[in-house]
Amino acid sequence: MPTVTRRDFLKVGVAGAGALAAAGLGFDDAMAESTTVKQKLRIAGAKELHSVCPYCAVGCSLVAYTRQNSNGTVELLQIEGDPDSPVNEGRLCPKGATAMQLAVSPRRVESPQYRAPGATGWKTVSWDFALDRIAQNLKASRDATFVTTDGNGNTVNRCEGIAFAGGAAFSSEEGYFATKLMRGLGLVHLEQQARV
Amino acid sequence: MTNHWRDIKNADLILINGANPAEAHPVGFQWFMRAKLDRGAKIIHADPRFTRTSAVADTYLRIRTGTDVAYFGGLINHVLQNNLIHDEYVRNYTNASFIVKEAYGFNDGLFSGYDPAKRSYNIASWSYDTDPATGFAVRDMTLENPRSVFQLMKQHYSRYTPEMVSSITGIPVNAFNKVADLVGQMGKPDKVMTIVYAVGLTHHTTGGQLIRSGAVLQLLLGNMGRPGGGMNAERGHANIQGNTDHAISWEILPGYLKIPAPGQKTIADYVAQSAPKKSDPHSWNFFGLNYAKFMVSTLKGWYGDTATKGNEFAFNFIPKPASNSSWMTIYDQALKGKMEGVMLSGMTAASIGPDSNQVRQALGNLKWLVVMDALPTTSSEFWHAPGVDASQVKTEVFMLPATHWIEKDGSFVNSGRWSQWKDQVIPPQGQARHDHWILADLFQRVKALYKAEGGKFADPIMSLTLDYKNPTKPELDEIAKEINGKDLTTGKQMTSFANLKDDGTTTTGDWIYTGSYPDSGNLMKRRSGIQDSTTNDPTGMGFYPNWAWSWPLNRRVMYNRASADLDGKAWDPARPGITWNGSKWVGDVPDYPATLAPHDPNAWLPFIMNGEGVGRLFSNGMVDGPFPEHYEPIESPVANPLHPNNSASPVAFLYDKAAGRPDRFGTPAEYPYIATSYRLTEHEHYVTQHVPHLVQLQPKPFVEIPAELASAKGIKSGDQVRVSSKRGKVEVLALVTKRLGPMTVAGQKVYQIGIPIHWGYVGIAADSDPSHGRYWMANALTPFVGDANARTPEFKAFLVNLEKI
Repeated sequence: MPTVTRRDFLKVGVAGAGALAAAGLGFDDAMAESTTVKQKLRIAGAKELHSVCPYCAVGCSLVAYTRQNSNGTVELLQIEGDPDSPVNEGRLCPKGATAMQLAVSPRRVESPQYRAPGATGWKTVSWDFALDRIAQNLKASRDATFVTTDGNGNTVNRCEGIAFAGGAAFSSEEGYFATKLMRGLGLVHLEQQARV
Repeated sequence: MTNHWRDIKNADLILINGANPAEAHPVGFQWFMRAKLDRGAKIIHADPRFTRTSAVADTYLRIRTGTDVAYFGGLINHVLQNNLIHDEYVRNYTNASFIVKEAYGFNDGLFSGYDPAKRSYNIASWSYDTDPATGFAVRDMTLENPRSVFQLMKQHYSRYTPEMVSSITGIPVNAFNKVADLVGQMGKPDKVMTIVYAVGLTHHTTGGQLIRSGAVLQLLLGNMGRPGGGMNAERGHANIQGNTDHAISWEILPGYLKIPAPGQKTIADYVAQSAPKKSDPHSWNFFGLNYAKFMVSTLKGWYGDTATKGNEFAFNFIPKPASNSSWMTIYDQALKGKMEGVMLSGMTAASIGPDSNQVRQALGNLKWLVVMDALPTTSSEFWHAPGVDASQVKTEVFMLPATHWIEKDGSFVNSGRWSQWKDQVIPPQGQARHDHWILADLFQRVKALYKAEGGKFADPIMSLTLDYKNPTKPELDEIAKEINGKDLTTGKQMTSFANLKDDGTTTTGDWIYTGSYPDSGNLMKRRSGIQDSTTNDPTGMGFYPNWAWSWPLNRRVMYNRASADLDGKAWDPARPGITWNGSKWVGDVPDYPATLAPHDPNAWLPFIMNGEGVGRLFSNGMVDGPFPEHYEPIESPVANPLHPNNSASPVAFLYDKAAGRPDRFGTPAEYPYIATSYRLTEHEHYVTQHVPHLVQLQPKPFVEIPAELASAKGIKSGDQVRVSSKRGKVEVLALVTKRLGPMTVAGQKVYQIGIPIHWGYVGIAADSDPSHGRYWMANALTPFVGDANARTPEFKAFLVNLEKI
């Protein structure tokens, strides 16, 4: 029997399951094949790192395995539940167990996109273009809607016309930093998913 | 959560309301099952839908959505009428003995002080009689004074008879009574019950009071502060807890300090109007006493050398909102043309709603919209959504690729307040940048523009401290240290918020995280877990004090002084929180001075964070009543059986009405069915529409329809149906089920329909459907109305019609 990788074996397994359903026979043969596969662990020699599940707030700890390829790129090999965690004791739900497909995805937006008013499509732009333009918008909207003193003569120093919302997917330190910067700009409309 | 996930295994009875942990928090649910399997705990699940949680519960109660105040009110009435309260706890650890002002009253659904024109209460009468000599509240430790909180409460809930509860909730009287019997046993000192809830309680116009009603029941049973007890919110996003703590929320600054209000000129003004006030001689009032220290240390952290005693530590740099500025208000302001720009990060307004059609209109009213996300969202794509003419949408839209959680380090804080550090595992994909680097870079560019051109009040922008190695690329480790805070006189990291000062010599970014990163290092990285439970869980209670770090001060159960009796002994010696060993408190990190003896003449009352020093059965902290009261959802098929003249919350905020826009509420005649929205195991909000395996597991949107109603309408599973509200519609597949069923409410037969929220016009499923998911958004149906306290939308109870297409 030729040596097959674990991935190849899984493919064989899926095809085999279909065949089994059709024939209703052959289970012993499939088992015999599986026991003779020489398994090569995908994570052999990999770097082990720790993360936390990105979905709900149970806070399941993850172990993530990576390997640096010969071309210098880092490949994410595997994500699994961390057996040491007093929260999840190694377990994951369907979402956590498929976290790799969120981590690395062909559906990612990989460069800044810009859509001018009334335009019917996106335009790929540079970071500098996007950030400069947003900075100009921020300043213009801030200056246009900033209230230093309210109708009762109180110093209020607030920007009424810009809102920032988000953060439930941020690291805490990013969230704190966002609060600090947005309050620094004078924003009062500040929100994340707590209410919604 | 007052407690934490693993602690649920310590409970004798678990009430689950407005939650479906077996499906929405499945891994956390193992601790419910451990309680059931290892100690014979009973699980009671009250929910509109029979779910996998119900399947393993000992009792399932089909409850009408939005009526949990009546359910908890009935349980409160049961324990009060039958004297099943935990007497020593209620007498000494709650405000049952406090005497309420004569002017307080409740009549026909309205508390004293209501102003119908303003749709709000003047809450002056919701307070205690005070002793003129001391200013402290008058108490009657016999609890017999008719104006005591205890007697007023008994009277208030006497209306919540089992029959009334049944009429409101639809739970049959005998089923309710059986549950009440079980709950009534939990007031014994050696028994403990936990209440677990999620957004099924918060997403109502009575959301705040729904939760308070559970907390009141827990106080009466003596279950707050104890392992296996508490009020435990299951939160739905990985770091919603951390970033609520860090105040990405209009009404607070980090650590739940109130946002200053117009008219406050000094720190003293601010503290006088914001901090709790001591109302009993034995109340420590720790939060109130330290409020100024926390605020000044935060201002000093943010504004550095610019924040001096002479300028009130730059207090005037903090913006002071005119009025509520929460989620719906943002879009309300956009509809009014007053909001120019919105920045969204990991949060898609178009799907989240409520009233997605109205929110989409609001997004189209903006001058500019910035979406920072790893993947396209319904907000980044709103301008060319199905049925939208992009050329007519004048909003300038930016989509900035942000990194995923696994491409950066930093902490996530779980529902149990455990702040767990994570590594950067892989480098960013493509040109993606970290959210905080995008914001830091933007801030520097804005600052440069103000330097070059001048503009409105640039002082805070110029003086905001950004002392990082690279101000446009701060490291999260640097920020974590900043959040902890330091002593400016010694340069050392702070070890406790108790040492923060109001003289400008200490800093903090968020006082409740002070102690997470002392000079010895980042405690959130600690990993002493179940690999050695003997060493790592010395009390055996599941605290694991050297796994990560929990706020405050690594305490695992909040309010834990209340876990011990007046002598400092555990209520249940088998399940101690903290106990007095003769010289100090041992066990969990004490929520109390570590060496203050229980019988010291100066011993403080147990709840050190509020002014009373005791748990509040009666509270003026809510704007819709000092006792929780049942009100109907804004859209309801029945009038409130308790007080039909004041059926719905009299103070819920009606955005469209307040703005002069046309009414968008439906009537039972047009929309006869109750609908509620919910979430599935295989999806998380909207982002998982991009995850192939999860889309394969739950590929298409659907609605759950009770079998009897489906039969009457000729609807079979797999049929295409239209569910419509006054605000919009969904056109999706029917799933005919016995998980939902008819109920009798106020003598009337009603049906509830279940609507999962996860679909829209962006994602793998939408890409492969001819309609592109045009009518797939559950929140096209939901009403644009908010709870009076939190302005949380009423996602979980509204009226719809149902048709087969």
